[in-house]
Amino acid sequence: MSAVLTQPALRAPLPLKERPSQPLEAPSDWSFDLIERYHDVIRATAKRFGLDTYPNQLEIITAEQMMDAYASVGMPVNYRHWSYGKEFISTEKNYRRGHMGLAYEIVINSNPCISYLMEENTMAMQALVIAHAAYGHNSFFKGNYLFRMWTDASSIIDYLVYAKNYVADCEEKHGLDAVENLLDSCHALMNHGVDRYRRPSRKSLADELRQRKDREAYAQLQVNDMWRTLPKKAEKEGDAREIKRFPEEPQENLLYFIEKNAPLLEPWQREVVRIVRKVAQYFYPQRQTQVMNEGWATFWHHHLLNTMYDDGFLSDGMMIEWLKSHTNVVYQPPVGHRAYSGINPYALGFAMYTDIKRICENPTDEDREWFPAIAGADWLPTLDHAMRNFKDESFIGQYLSPNLMREMRLFSIVDDEKEKELEVSAIHDGSGYSRVREALSRQYDLGSREPNIQVWNVNLRGDRSLTLRHTQHNDRPLHDSANEVLKHATRLWGFGVHLESVNSAGEVSKRWSATPPPLP
Amino acid sequence: MLHQIIDRRLAGKNKSIGNRERFLRRHKDQIREAVRRAVDGRNIRDLQQGEDIHIPKRDIAEPVFGHAQGGVRETVHPGNQEYMRGDRIERPKGGGGSGSGSGQAGDSGEGDDDFVFHLTKEEFMQVFFDDLALPNLHRTQLAETPEWKSHRAGLTSDGTPNNLHVVRSMRGAIGRRIALGSDSRREIRELEEELEKLLAEPMPSIHGAGHAMRLQAIKDLEDRIEALRARVGRIPYLDPIDLRYRSRVRVPVPTSKAVMFCLMDVSGSMDEARKDLAKRFFILLYLFLTRHYEKIDLVFIRHHTQAQEVDEQNFFHATETGGTVVSSALVLMEEIIKARYPSGDWNIYGAQASDGDNWHHDSGRCRELLAQQILPLCRYFAYVQVAEEEQNLWDEYSQLAKDNGKVFAMRKVTTASNIYPVFRELFKKEGVTA
Repeated sequence: MSAVLTQPALRAPLPLKERPSQPLEAPSDWSFDLIERYHDVIRATAKRFGLDTYPNQLEIITAEQMMDAYASVGMPVNYRHWSYGKEFISTEKNYRRGHMGLAYEIVINSNPCISYLMEENTMAMQALVIAHAAYGHNSFFKGNYLFRMWTDASSIIDYLVYAKNYVADCEEKHGLDAVENLLDSCHALMNHGVDRYRRPSRKSLADELRQRKDREAYAQLQVNDMWRTLPKKAEKEGDAREIKRFPEEPQENLLYFIEKNAPLLEPWQREVVRIVRKVAQYFYPQRQTQVMNEGWATFWHHHLLNTMYDDGFLSDGMMIEWLKSHTNVVYQPPVGHRAYSGINPYALGFAMYTDIKRICENPTDEDREWFPAIAGADWLPTLDHAMRNFKDESFIGQYLSPNLMREMRLFSIVDDEKEKELEVSAIHDGSGYSRVREALSRQYDLGSREPNIQVWNVNLRGDRSLTLRHTQHNDRPLHDSANEVLKHATRLWGFGVHLESVNSAGEVSKRWSATPPPLP
Repeated sequence: MLHQIIDRRLAGKNKSIGNRERFLRRHKDQIREAVRRAVDGRNIRDLQQGEDIHIPKRDIAEPVFGHAQGGVRETVHPGNQEYMRGDRIERPKGGGGSGSGSGQAGDSGEGDDDFVFHLTKEEFMQVFFDDLALPNLHRTQLAETPEWKSHRAGLTSDGTPNNLHVVRSMRGAIGRRIALGSDSRREIRELEEELEKLLAEPMPSIHGAGHAMRLQAIKDLEDRIEALRARVGRIPYLDPIDLRYRSRVRVPVPTSKAVMFCLMDVSGSMDEARKDLAKRFFILLYLFLTRHYEKIDLVFIRHHTQAQEVDEQNFFHATETGGTVVSSALVLMEEIIKARYPSGDWNIYGAQASDGDNWHHDSGRCRELLAQQILPLCRYFAYVQVAEEEQNLWDEYSQLAKDNGKVFAMRKVTTASNIYPVFRELFKKEGVTA
């Protein structure tokens, strides 16, 4: 086990060692020397608050490289696929036409933690990015339980290099088309290629490589055995009751199931499925902790830079510049506003951590009633605990306070297709706090955001078809794209694939089927 | 503490070029179609540009399982102004800005807009050449036939006497003489003044010792002056180091001017497909020429029974009907050469496209015209027949090709991919004549 050791949270900030005689220089252009000096101060300040991080590696890159990084889902290396090319083209087009600015930073959950600084940024922005990414996100990656459980920061880059080379080898051996089709199909099922509850085992790259060969051979053996066509002993036809269901329990990880059980996949195809699955699993925690992660990083860049200002390290001009960006980042347009597109995770997360700190330091009677455990407690360990042990869903369920709901004027709306109109089910008042909080928490539950689709049955004796089952959540139907996805699934499975959608009454309300194209 | 700042700016950009290639490969058909349309629409001269490619969004979608509208959903929104619990709101019309579509709004936002991206000039040409089954136009070694031109390039200190620059040489000599002699001349001036002063003073008595001394002093001065004058006199009037020669360097000049005659039959039998083949052939020839010449004139001559010089638009797109007299175009070409393109100044290329149909008494005349009048003036003349059947024009031209293989080529082209072999032929010939 390569569990990362963490240090216990500080109870209170450490004292400042020495006030500087004058603030750091604040020209608008950065230099390596200046970044180094700001970084030193930021690091020292972060240390005073006990932020526990992986070692930092700051990389200066150009806008073009930033777009490259965008295109390969933020990773410095990745296997080649046309969809990343598409991503790059549209990013580049939007950027060139000025439709969008690039993110100021990209940070990679790896050890050492790599943060990209864009060369176009001013010095103030670089300081903001360092505090945000290299200390905020970095400590979140190292501390949050989901990341600790699901991702192995020390090996991800190695694994992606391996994946890139492996896919490139496959392209050479089996042709670009074969690999592209396979990856397309895997990507279609990527969101359903993660283990939500099972704990993964950790393996280093060397183990991966060594075990790959064994695994390939063994997996093929298993598959062959399962699909053995000769009966072991004479069995009576149609003895249906004795036939065991397969899989015995429904399985949530479609890609895993396919990797292990698809009858016709070649060993190399299984390995590619595995690669896509691993990458999906790596990103899964990020999708579950958007509010917490961005909120944490925003809270800390805000707090670190403000502390540095109070300590006399930052000049006024610097402050005004980064505060302007900060304000833009945490802006939450109200519903009905032109710019409104749902809740801004930066805004919500930042407000929540700030609010928790307030509850610790200046609790009201209401807070004491709602949060008896943390009202008046030390804020550093409380925040640390909140960062480590939750995901968005549970974080909001636990910490969203009535005070913040009032401040953000949150309200919840029920949209029932059977009704003609929408109904406001709760607002920010005494009788609504719990319901709004619950609704918002559920909104961040990936389990309810994405359709719940599981492997239901394999027809072992008949046409070998695979049946998937969609269990409707609140009777919400599947999107029509399901049909296209099924075609991808048949390509992987090799035989027909059926999808049943089951409503809340337990009835199959809709059915899709796809048959594989005839074999060449 | 381990930390570092790394400057990655110089490390590879275009990391995702491989992804872009895969993207282009995947959408090859759409791109090829777009390029084909662009080639139809563009002028020959504008061909070498990029092109915006439109791909329908649905063709590049990556499907995933997702929720559709419907069922029961509860969503939370910020910024409540007016609502109380239990209020009922009219359902916003699909995609409306009120945002109660919330979280999932992303997937339902499938507009009908096309995904548009820009194909670079290189990629465009790549696709264009792919279509022509032309493997590597760029790498083909061409026999260069540069002309040399001598340019003035200042002055040098050595050269042949005929390049001697007299004025500059003399000017250098004066400077050198002044510089070398100035000390001596100043001293001469001073000594002369002293001598005059001595001579002006009354002479001491001839018997005193003073007299002898005075004479001696005068003599010394005079000797000194004499010696200095001799030294000044020894400074050469013109020294080899003064000489300056005009310098001329030879620089290769791309053969500067070329004119390309496009001759095409526009009689009724030439349909759009045949014209398109012809156009592609003309385009290739034009591209080939642009790599060799700075300035290229295009002359478009179309003909049925009569020839006519027209602009490009009319050349490719206007339709005419009627019989065919090919020689009319050749006559007109010759007239234009005589009037506007003296063959001493211009490299003349001819490209003729036709379906081979000709008034049968005319074909012999065509051969004569070409052999006697036009080919001697041309650097190259290529004939493509965009139809299969061989008629009398083909026969006559075949004889011509036997005698004038170096400057005349002919081929049949029935599909776009046939154009390249014709073209390769042209390259080869070019090498031989050079």
